[in-house]
Amino acid sequence: MAAVAFYLVSAVAIACAALVIFQPNVVYSALFLIGTLLALAGLFLLLNAQFIAIVHIIVYVGAIMVLFLFVIMLLDLGRDPAGTEQLPYQRGLGIGLGVLFLAELALMVSFGGGLAGAPEGPLPAAFGYTEVLGRMLFTTYLFPFEATSILLFVAAIGAVVLGKRRG
Amino acid sequence: MIVEALIHLVKVLLVIGFVMNVAGLLTWVERKQSAVMQDRIGANRADIFGFRLIGLFHPIADGLKMITKEDFIPPGGNRFLHTMAPFAAFFPALIAFAIIPFGDVLRVGGRIIPLQVVDFNVGVLYLLAVGGMSVYGVVLAGWSSNNKYSLLGGLRASAQLISYEITLGLSIIGVLMVFQTLQLSEINRLQGELLFGFIPKWGVVVQPLAFLLFFTAAVAESRRIPFDQPESESEIIGYFTEYSGMKWGMFMFADFIETVTVAGVATSVFFGGWQVPYLFADGFHFPWGSIVALPHLAVILLQVASFVFKVLFFCWLLMTIRWTLPRFRYDQVMRLGWKYLLPLSLFNILATGVVILALQAL
Repeated sequence: MAAVAFYLVSAVAIACAALVIFQPNVVYSALFLIGTLLALAGLFLLLNAQFIAIVHIIVYVGAIMVLFLFVIMLLDLGRDPAGTEQLPYQRGLGIGLGVLFLAELALMVSFGGGLAGAPEGPLPAAFGYTEVLGRMLFTTYLFPFEATSILLFVAAIGAVVLGKRRG
Repeated sequence: MIVEALIHLVKVLLVIGFVMNVAGLLTWVERKQSAVMQDRIGANRADIFGFRLIGLFHPIADGLKMITKEDFIPPGGNRFLHTMAPFAAFFPALIAFAIIPFGDVLRVGGRIIPLQVVDFNVGVLYLLAVGGMSVYGVVLAGWSSNNKYSLLGGLRASAQLISYEITLGLSIIGVLMVFQTLQLSEINRLQGELLFGFIPKWGVVVQPLAFLLFFTAAVAESRRIPFDQPESESEIIGYFTEYSGMKWGMFMFADFIETVTVAGVATSVFFGGWQVPYLFADGFHFPWGSIVALPHLAVILLQVASFVFKVLFFCWLLMTIRWTLPRFRYDQVMRLGWKYLLPLSLFNILATGVVILALQAL
């Protein structure tokens, strides 16, 4: 049952991700990206990570992709599906970086001890619950958590400064 | 197994039936209540064999009219997205109510039936996620119509929805801090406790500021006057200018369903949900000591009735607000959202934290 759901959700995620880059209309690309993100939320649910799944939807589907659509529609990019390349070496650079990323993944899997296997035995009762996650974030992983929040704060201030300069 | 599935099916049908019927009736209430408030008679012409029934046939007549009207898609627009947008608006509005409990646990013949469609342990966040998805219908409708007014309407609408979502989420956090759980059934159960032995511990009692913030943001999310940026019928025509027939009807109906959902969430998080003051699992325990014992079924019926009553009360309140206040201007909506509601909701979280820490230190 879980396996069927896993393959179904994964197939949707991969198909949507492929359609994001393989069809010319920018608005459709954004919509397929939303499909990919929803499917990924499904994967998180299958991994018993309900909090992450829902927050993933709130942040990416509910906020970030709306802004993407905003920009696409305001700049009216959806109406010319010519597929003009903005950067001169875009295609070559993309392929190069993709290969590099794949190589890194392969290295990690083969030399870094392989992919972490499924944990032995049944999961603890409260696994993936918000309480457990919150406790971990504010004890074990406090430093990375605070560092991330400072990073985001700096980025927000930077955005405000850039926005003010034009006005 | 089959019985379990049947129970689930009955619960789903009950909830959808409740939401759809109340939303349908609200289209009638909207006209009739506004008529009463403005000293008019209101819609009363639709009749079946001469019976008018104070205009109650109007929702049916409206539905028939919208289904049989011409469905026009603008020639320069995007056919597929133009058709999909009403569904994108309708779907999130409809699934939000699944998480709201309408009663405590029902015990029949050794079976324990929670009166709630899904009891998700991140229930409150589910509501926010579903609310966030409702923006897409608006954005897509505005863009796919190939009309500058529609596009502007869609952009303004989504700006409003995104701005008020933040306040909506932050205002609920205060309640979560008090009850220490994200599960709506648990929040409802904890609201049955009594403060000082006689005040019901409802969300609105422990978090009054959060309720005001939540309610304001929720009215904005339901896209109705005074937060009527999406339509702005008096100055600009909104995102569904190029819609007709049942597709337009779906946008309108989604707004009414959202009104019911807002009423449901306000009831569930801030007004005790199915709780009746002093009613416990075995009957009434009044603070002055008298006890009225009640059978299990009567208690459950009272709880469901209390939930329905509170939801209908909030629907009435939302209608009254809509026909009392004028519409805000776009800059006023943005100023209220970002400069007043957002800092206030952050302050509420801080104050709640301080009070909780102080109470623990005592």
